[in-house]
Amino acid sequence: MTETLALDLARAQFAFTISFHIIFPAITIGLASYLAVLEGLWLYTKNTLYRDLYHFWVKIFAVNFGMGVVSGLVMAYQFGTNWSFFSEFAGSITGPLLAYEVLTAFFLEAGFLGVMLFGWNRVGPGLHFFSTVVVAIGTLISTFWILASNSWMQTPQGHEIINGQVVPVDWLAVIFNPSFPYRLIHMSVAAFLATALFVGASAAWHLLRGRDNPAVRKMFSMAMWMMVLVAPVQAVIGDFHGLNTLEHQPAKVAAMEGHWGGEEAADGEGLPLILFGWPDMEEERTRFAVSVPHLGSLILTHSWDGTIPGLKEFAPEDRPNVPIVFWSFRIMVGLGMLMILLGGLSLMQRWRGRLYDSRWFLRFALLMGPAGLIAILAGWYTTEVGRQPWVVYGLMRTEDAVSTHSATTLGVSLALFVVVYLFVFGAGVAYTLRLVRKGPQLEEGARETSGGPGRPRHAMRPLSAVEEDLDDDQDTDGGR
Amino acid sequence: MGIDLPLIWALIIGFGVMMYVLMDGFDLGIGILYPFIPDRHHRDVAMNTVAPVWDGNETWLVLGGAGLLAAFPLVYSVVLTALYLPLIFMLLGLIFRGIAFEFRFKARDHERHIWDKAFIGGSFTATFFQGVVLGAYVSGLPVENGAYPGGPLDWIAPFPLFTGVALVFAYALLGSTWLIMKTEGELQFRMFHLTRPLMWILLAAIAVISLWTPLRDPVIAERWFSFPNIVWFSPVPLLVVGAALLMQRALARGRPVAPFLLALLLMFLGYAGLAISGWPNILPPDISIWEAAAPPQSLGFALVGALLIIPFILMYTAFAYYVFRGKVRPGDGYH
Repeated sequence: MTETLALDLARAQFAFTISFHIIFPAITIGLASYLAVLEGLWLYTKNTLYRDLYHFWVKIFAVNFGMGVVSGLVMAYQFGTNWSFFSEFAGSITGPLLAYEVLTAFFLEAGFLGVMLFGWNRVGPGLHFFSTVVVAIGTLISTFWILASNSWMQTPQGHEIINGQVVPVDWLAVIFNPSFPYRLIHMSVAAFLATALFVGASAAWHLLRGRDNPAVRKMFSMAMWMMVLVAPVQAVIGDFHGLNTLEHQPAKVAAMEGHWGGEEAADGEGLPLILFGWPDMEEERTRFAVSVPHLGSLILTHSWDGTIPGLKEFAPEDRPNVPIVFWSFRIMVGLGMLMILLGGLSLMQRWRGRLYDSRWFLRFALLMGPAGLIAILAGWYTTEVGRQPWVVYGLMRTEDAVSTHSATTLGVSLALFVVVYLFVFGAGVAYTLRLVRKGPQLEEGARETSGGPGRPRHAMRPLSAVEEDLDDDQDTDGGR
Repeated sequence: MGIDLPLIWALIIGFGVMMYVLMDGFDLGIGILYPFIPDRHHRDVAMNTVAPVWDGNETWLVLGGAGLLAAFPLVYSVVLTALYLPLIFMLLGLIFRGIAFEFRFKARDHERHIWDKAFIGGSFTATFFQGVVLGAYVSGLPVENGAYPGGPLDWIAPFPLFTGVALVFAYALLGSTWLIMKTEGELQFRMFHLTRPLMWILLAAIAVISLWTPLRDPVIAERWFSFPNIVWFSPVPLLVVGAALLMQRALARGRPVAPFLLALLLMFLGYAGLAISGWPNILPPDISIWEAAAPPQSLGFALVGALLIIPFILMYTAFAYYVFRGKVRPGDGYH
């Protein structure tokens, strides 16, 4: 009993610290590419709006990057403190992949980030743009290594097991494991969408307050185009990712669908799509199911009568927690549909010429601000809880991976993490929102004086790229 | 092939940890000295001396963690499990002071004291528990069937607690000599006065540890005191004494740079002494770097990246310190 409790607490702690952490890298990945696009457009069109937007968002990028580094420090140690048997078993594969991620981040912080944040007047526009692009590519390279490591845990290959330890045999096979390409693209696009929703909501907030200027309109317009063009693509990518999961981790898909199999699907009627319901793990059925006949077959097998393995085909101890997987999957998909709807409505409002002054539409865009981040978290819960009871799918069970700490130890440290994170990152998020509240200032870029690495004794760190005082409330003109 | 990959990785990680101790040491020291710097403007100056470099210093710690997982997964899992609570406390301390760096300057006047306290508390906590981790690690961690069999509070023992306190003084010395180098006027004067007792306390602590470890462990006694080792290793304690005497002289003559360099030398010698005692074990008391190493495929793959990028990091670090050289005066840096 206490061992189960300790395992649950260890999992809760990891879930808490990684959930907090992932928010910052997701926005970092999205904003880095957004900034590269803004700077590219500024250099190409010479439209100063793009430059002003760059200077607005680069500050938020900097704060966010700093928070990602601080919360990431904890992650580098969680594998060992909480999952020591996993680290010992699989460290020979996950370790080098994480080391590459750290080295990439190091490399970025070492050079191009400094030029990007402090070099506006110190280097030529070409070199500055180059630095921004390298930082954007670098965030994607970091994503590459982290997701290679995670995907290997989902669909391991390219290794042998010698003396109870994983030994890499073929690194290309390890990195490009079956689920990796889908997960990489799905997550990168999710980061872009989450950032676009955040940008769009920031603009909507200003527009609703009547703080209308061409820069605010420009960023709102860009964000809505992202919804139009990318949100539907993400649905298609997600579909491919799901089919890949069906091939390699059928129990996870069965849990996502709340599909138990057995007699209910035996009569060759194809697979219904359960829209809502309550999967009951005791009774092995999904209660109160509202379903559409044959739609499950169409989506999952792309045929009228196709079927997939049900949960009953897996031993009870090999099944994930079905309600969590079932519902987190629905939250992700539901939010994704709302994103597509937002994109569609934006086209309509744009066509009617009401994109910037329709209050209900702006309120919808504002409410959708956190939707991308929530969808990312829900998606990760789906895939990570869906992998259970395995930590490395088919190779090592989570219960065999956990360190031998007592429930008391884990409870105390979890409580400490919760208190400290809420305080520290609460302050950081409040600060970010204060920056957003100031809004983009026209001609801000022309006044920009912050120097490059040669600027005497000014800190060259991400968070200190921001010169705003917390004292400055909204509406200040920034020209202090 | 003949390339000793575990040895190379042990050197890389050893180097990374040393860089961390030397570099994050002086900026943690600033936080430890904060209670002795009551004036707000002096506090601003003190913090500004390390503001440009502290987070670069801390990334060595992340590299150490990731490198250890990649190259010595057994050590990573045993050390991090055995020293779970002190490591968590250390990380939380580092988070607090890292955020305090940023928000102290951005806070409203009546909020600033919160971040001052976070900075002091975080620095003390991080340093003390780093010392505890060091002491517990050096005294050896038992391993049974590839796991740590001990309890969560086994690190509460005289030796780790002593090294915890000793490291607080060591980092304070690094911090005070750093401030002597980087500041002037009243703040520098204060630091000159503080440095002398700090140095004697640290010297006493080094002496205690140098006697305590061989008395606890006959293998370490054998390592240092048998012939001919005693000839080879005698420069280490002799250099410690020499560095201390030179520092006394430099302090008496009001030299600005020499005390910091000598403090770095003292720390390096202490680190070297522990390395000599422990060699070739990476998991004291008896697991060597070759026994704990990851398979060669992992070591080789990760080494490619490390050799490509670490030189670049070193160049950049040197450049950053070069850019921010010289004295820091009130009003510099932040507004």
